[in-house]
Amino acid sequence: MAFSDVFDTSLIHDAVERSVYARTGDVRDALAVGVQTLEAAAALCSPAAGAMLEEMAQRAHASTVERFGNTVALYAPLYLSNHCVCTCTYCGFSMGLDIKRKTLRIDEVIREARTLGQRGFRNILLVSAEHPKHVNAEYLAQCVAETKRIAQYVGLEVAAAETEDYRKYVAAGCDGVVLYQETYDPAIYAQHHLGGPKKSYRPRLDALERAARAGVRHLGIGALLGLADWRFEALALFAHARYLEKQCWRSQINISFPRINPSAGDFAPAQPVGDAQLVQLMCLFRIAFPTAGIVLSTREPAALRDALLPVGVTHMSAGSSTEPGGYAAPGNAGEQFQLEDKRDVDAMSQRVRELGYEPVFKDWAEMRSAPYPVAAP
Amino acid sequence: MLRKNRVLLRLSQCSPGTAGGMPKEHISTSHEEDSLTDLLSLGGRTFASRLIVGTGKFSSPELMADALAASGAEMVTVALRRVDLDMPSKAITDFIDQRRYLILPNTSGAADAVEAVRLARLARAAGLPPWIKVEVIPDPRYLMPDPVETLKACEILVGEGFTVLPYIHADPVLAKRLEETGVAAVMPLAAPIGSGRGLKMEAAIAIIIEQATLPVIVDAGLGVPSHAAAAMEMGADAVLVNTAIATAANPVRMARAFMLGVEAGRAARQAGRSPELAVASASSPLTGFLRER
Repeated sequence: MAFSDVFDTSLIHDAVERSVYARTGDVRDALAVGVQTLEAAAALCSPAAGAMLEEMAQRAHASTVERFGNTVALYAPLYLSNHCVCTCTYCGFSMGLDIKRKTLRIDEVIREARTLGQRGFRNILLVSAEHPKHVNAEYLAQCVAETKRIAQYVGLEVAAAETEDYRKYVAAGCDGVVLYQETYDPAIYAQHHLGGPKKSYRPRLDALERAARAGVRHLGIGALLGLADWRFEALALFAHARYLEKQCWRSQINISFPRINPSAGDFAPAQPVGDAQLVQLMCLFRIAFPTAGIVLSTREPAALRDALLPVGVTHMSAGSSTEPGGYAAPGNAGEQFQLEDKRDVDAMSQRVRELGYEPVFKDWAEMRSAPYPVAAP
Repeated sequence: MLRKNRVLLRLSQCSPGTAGGMPKEHISTSHEEDSLTDLLSLGGRTFASRLIVGTGKFSSPELMADALAASGAEMVTVALRRVDLDMPSKAITDFIDQRRYLILPNTSGAADAVEAVRLARLARAAGLPPWIKVEVIPDPRYLMPDPVETLKACEILVGEGFTVLPYIHADPVLAKRLEETGVAAVMPLAAPIGSGRGLKMEAAIAIIIEQATLPVIVDAGLGVPSHAAAAMEMGADAVLVNTAIATAANPVRMARAFMLGVEAGRAARQAGRSPELAVASASSPLTGFLRER
């Protein structure tokens, strides 16, 4: 069985419609008994819940501190390649766009990782566009293995893969896979993914299960907010997260709420998501999934990131570049999208401390493969 | 002398004026005698404090250091995965005075025996003490320890000469099986880690304590000092607390409160409680005169 076998978008649409009629009492009930069902989740993304945002935010904050303490993990994305065979309407790496293309050589990957390592990062997310020739599984596994010498935690945000390839990544030291469905609505998905392997909705939907089966320890899910109705995405994401939690019980789930930012394609989101809705989404997921990580990238502006941290954020990127090679040698390739929060890692750490949190760079140790030998005595 | 001063200081802090009209010296002397003779013996060492503190979740390493000091703990546990061996100056261990505290590295993050063993070896290779709190947790949601893999890891690590303290579910048979491997103590959970729900596993922990030939350290889920006191009253040899201190509004005060709770619970255990009865029993029996004849 896979998620695509049980995921029924009509149930989600029905729940979205009913959520409009949720009352304050429904929201209070959901908060009191916990958010186990789709109905309870629908109550928390209702307009009625929107009017109770402060109460939800207080709950979300308390729940986050209980589980994660007064800490936030800092990580950095490392862009490997912007060569892409996919045509996606919203993405700055989309195939037809006229941008400078580059795939980092392994020595360049090492240089980038070292630069990040010198800045203190021990958690690096390798990101790449989709290109079977430039960015194949062997290349990615090699990138993981090299980055692992510098960072104890290495994640991958790359093309959806088969179980066999995920095994290669895990063997190389991959700790987590991030794969956003972009939109859970198949019709809207088809409107925005016009060419390339990413055009297929279903293999992407089931990819994280394959990753978990291959031994990936952390699964990152999310929807690219702005393509479809945010309530639909929220409830679909809820269903996906619950499914993964039960089926892939050994894997930690991390959730992200990326909003569409300006990129080379000049794409305008059809259904932009406002700050209040973003907060409501974050509260819903924190309350429904008290143990999930919530990830917030530098897509969002600095002031908003600072304000969102106490609501429920557990992982933040800092000092990021979305351009391949952008840390050690910037200006040689096109970026995926424009970043809002341009603070460097020291400024970010300082601000995190001012907000009463400890910035945590290292929260993982290499446990499986051995980057350096540790012998029995 | 140092110890005596510390005890006096503690009591004068906790009881402004005199407690119940009793002279202060009287209380402190008896307390002092207790605490000088009542040592926790663990892994070939003795500890005056029966509170072990965890180092995660604090908002800053400085605050953690202050809370550790206020807790009176002599042993603190550190997740090896948080220690940056490449950057010792920024490591969490840099804020822990190793002359004052024994660092108990833990294998947090390990999901099976192989990973736990690897982390333990890494900790020792990094110069940390050859003590290891074995945490083997395959379930990232409820953070329940895996009994099978924990047992395997303990067998290997005991064989390699580590002083091994396994974190376990409150499972009396597992506790006995672990004793047979040569571990130094068992650490059953009171409730899920970080939940602060108290002694949810009370009945099973009572069996573990009753059957134990080794120290029993109640770990995980204690939310307030009264939970810690209750665990000590039950006969636990020590308790481990992290989240309840680290995420309190004032971690330093809460650390001290836990110290007092542990001391109170231990003293009560040693004092021997009066029996719990289903019916009332008057403190001055009305018919006592009949027996006096």
